Formats: sequence, structure tokens, C-alpha cells
Amino acid sequence: MHRFANPTQFMRIADAVYPWAAGLSLILFLAGLPIALVTSPPDYQQGETVRIMYVHVSSAWLMMMVYGIVAANSAAFLVWRHPMANLVAKASAPMGAVFTALALITGMLWGQPMWGTFWVWDGRLTSTLILFFLYLGYLALGDAFEDSERGDKAAAILALVGSVNLPIIHFSVEWWNTLHQPSIIKMDGMTVDKSLLLPLFLMMGAFTSYYVAVLVLRLRSELLAAKIRNARMSQVAVNQAAQPAE
Amino acid sequence: MSAFSTVLARDLRLALRQSADSLTVVAFFAIATVLFPFGVGPETNVLARIAGGVLWVTALLAALLSLDRIFAVDFEDGTLDQLVLAGAPLPVVVVAKVCAHWLTTGVPLILVSPLLAVTLHLPAAGYGPLVLALLLGTPTVSLVGAVGAALVLGTRRGGVLLSLLVLPLYIPILIFGTAAVEAALTGLPSTPMLSVLAGFMVLALTFSPWATAAALRQAVE
Amino acid sequence: MTVESILKFLDMGGYAAWVWPAYGLATAALSGILFFTLRDLKTRRHEFETLRDARRGEGSSS
Repeated sequence: MHRFANPTQFMRIADAVYPWAAGLSLILFLAGLPIALVTSPPDYQQGETVRIMYVHVSSAWLMMMVYGIVAANSAAFLVWRHPMANLVAKASAPMGAVFTALALITGMLWGQPMWGTFWVWDGRLTSTLILFFLYLGYLALGDAFEDSERGDKAAAILALVGSVNLPIIHFSVEWWNTLHQPSIIKMDGMTVDKSLLLPLFLMMGAFTSYYVAVLVLRLRSELLAAKIRNARMSQVAVNQAAQPAE
Repeated sequence: MSAFSTVLARDLRLALRQSADSLTVVAFFAIATVLFPFGVGPETNVLARIAGGVLWVTALLAALLSLDRIFAVDFEDGTLDQLVLAGAPLPVVVVAKVCAHWLTTGVPLILVSPLLAVTLHLPAAGYGPLVLALLLGTPTVSLVGAVGAALVLGTRRGGVLLSLLVLPLYIPILIFGTAAVEAALTGLPSTPMLSVLAGFMVLALTFSPWATAAALRQAVE
Repeated sequence: MTVESILKFLDMGGYAAWVWPAYGLATAALSGILFFTLRDLKTRRHEFETLRDARRGEGSSS
């Protein structure tokens, strides 16, 4: 675990993973999209709208996985001060926010033909919306400091606070939902036909490997940003040291 | 324990000297509540139906406005650095400061809430659960809010940011606080919701002082 | 593949107005992330190289 803390070693592994993840993502999208859109049969209940599920569930899966990754890496950063863990969390969070937004919007587009309304205060949709706010808070806090190191630490603490709160929020919202909507409209209880599983797994795999590939690119970018910051700071130090001599 | 009472006494003394701050929070609570009849119309039925939720939402917003007082002044004048360096266990200091915040904002909010409930035509059965729910819920509001207040120390636009960080975390309190009032209005016992609120308070009391202390340490570094 | 079958495919059983925006937005989101990531990477790489070159220039002149 700790050997991943060294940025050079970490990036050696990440760079080795990158072509595989990018290639896998491309292959899975090329294989999955035709099946998801064309060859897979429409659902006997939902008809063709079931095709929205393939992107909706994939983004919902990533929004949760990425929050888990952000929280775990924030913990590793706070406990062991691993610089790479910080960068992984920082590079992942904006993607997580986009996946959450995508899950919300595709959920609404799925909900309109299914339930006759774009939005229901269903437990899952509501929790997703709150998770979106948690992501926004994380991004805003990380961005709010002059000193970016402080922003990293504050955001990491917030990610951990959020991960402790998420189960509580989810439980509360589910309970609140049963209180106010005696199951008129329910999303679960949906039996997924086998023919739908293949395109679903292909798309989820495509999204996941896309995330891994782009994460490596973002890590390279974050490392460069850190190097630029260091170079600037040492330059300032050199200039300041040079000034009194004149 | 002496660190606890010293910090608590000091914060209470400061709050008393600047009691206008507490009054402003209460005044905000009142004016925000009074806006609702203008927004939804003064019909008794409508107001009675939403009274519990309106009072909870406005109480949360009022508490939110007061959160920056917990640490911001001490952060600016350097007292916070001394508190962190003093060697007293920081979570204890945090709990003392949160207690002081609750006593100077949470308690006044609870005291005026029945009065505001009257203007919203809350039925008689709702008053007890409303006050009890606020009594059990507002300490959690202060505890969770302290984490946010510590995290935004030294940021630009701290106030708006604080609301984005803290309000999503208040949703469970809002759900069960409002449900306690609504249950009483439909003749159901509100003890289950009140016990959940008490559970939240215990959870917040175990986790939030540590998280706040961690946030304070990185703020004064 | 007849024109008819393509039109039927595009119609999505009458749900075209929901299915296609969902896929369109997903495509926009994924390519958007990729675009901004690559753009940042490029500008930062460029910035880093100019900084390094400038420093080398200083180092050789002094």
C-alpha cells in the first residue's frame, strides 16, 4: 500500500494501466452501444425506454464508486499524508460530480415516460440529488483557499464527514419517502431480463474503464500543476534571496 | 474538565457582551417565518399544515447564519492558535465552544418557536413535539455546523460556502424534526422520531468534535 | 437496411424524445470531461516546459 505513495512509482503503474484502460473502454463502447441501442430487445413493460437504463445505471454506479474512491483516498491522505491519494481524490471528484449530474438527468428522462413526471421525490433520486450537493461542496471547498494545500486538507476532511453522513441521509430519505408516498410509484421491484444484462454490463464496464483512463490523464495533469507551483515558488524564493544582495 | 468550563465561560461572557448577535439570529428566525403567510396566503389550514416544516427550515437557516461566530472571531484575533497550542484536548475545547453556541443561539430559537408557531396556527398538539424536537435537534445542528465553520476558516466567500457544505447534512434532522410535529398532529406518537433525533445527537457528539478538531488544526497550521 | 428500418430505429418506439437526449447528454458529458482534461494537460505541459526552459536559460547565463 505504502509503496504507491511515491509519485514516480505510482505513475509508472498508472501509465502502464492507461493504454489498457483506454483500449478496453473503446472496445466496450464499440461493442456495447450497438447492443444497447439496436440488438437488445425492448423491455416487455418499459418498451424502448429501457435503453436509457444502460447509461443511467452506469453513471449512477460510477457516481457511487467515485465517491467511495474520493473518501478512501481522502482518508489515506489525512492519515498517512500520501500525496498521490490526495491527487487521486482531487482528480476524481469533478468526474464524480459530472456522473452524478448525468445520473440525475438520465433518471429524469427515464422517469418522464415511466411515471409521467420528470421528478419524483423517490428515495433514490433524492439521495442522488443530495450526493450531488456533497460533490459540489467538496469541489467548492477545495477551490476556496489561496493556499491550495489547505484546500486539499479541508476538502479531504469534508469528504470523510460526507461519507459518514451518506448512510444516515440515505436512511432518512428512504424513511421520509415511505412516510409521504405509500408506494404509489416505486422504482424497485423491477426484474431485469437476462437479455438486458449483457448490454448493461458492457456499458458499465465501458464507463468504468473510461473513468480509469481519464483518471490517469488527470493525474498527469495534477502532477504537472504541482510541479509548476513548486517551480514558481522556488523562483520567488530565489528572487527574494537575490534582492537584499543588490 | 477545567479547559471545558474555562472556554465555555469565556464564550458565554463574550456572547453576553455582544448579545445583539443572538438577538439578530432570533430576529432573522422571526422575519423569515413571517414571510411564509405572505408567500402561501394566510389561510389557517394551509399554514397549520406547513407550520412544523416552516419553523424547522427557518430555524436551520437562522442557526446557519450564526455558525461563523463559533470560530471566526477567535481565528482572526489569534485566540484559536493559542487554544490549539495550549495543549488542552482540542475536541473538549470544541465541545465547550459548541455548547456556548447552542446556549446563545439554539436556546433562544427554541424559546421563541412557540410564539412563531402561534402566528402559523399550529394546532395545540404540535407544540410539545415541536419544542422537544428542537431541543433534541438543535445541538446536532450546532455540532455539525461547527465542522463546517472550522472548514471554511480563512476562505473567501465563507458564508455562502458554509451553507453549501452544511445544509445537505441537515436534511436528516429536518426530516425527523418535521415528522415529529406532523405525527403529533395526526394523533400518532412522536417518540420514535424524537428518539431518532436523540440518536443523531449522540452520533454527532461522538464524531463531530474530532472532525472539527482536525479541521481547526489544519486551519491554524 | 431500408430507410424504413432506420426511421423505426430513430423513433425508438415513440420514445425518441427521451432515449436520444439521454445518450446525447451522456456522450456530451464523457467527451466534455475528456476534452477539458486534455486541454488542461496540454496547457500545463506547455507551461511547465517554458518554466523549465527559462530556468535552464538562467542557469547557463549566470
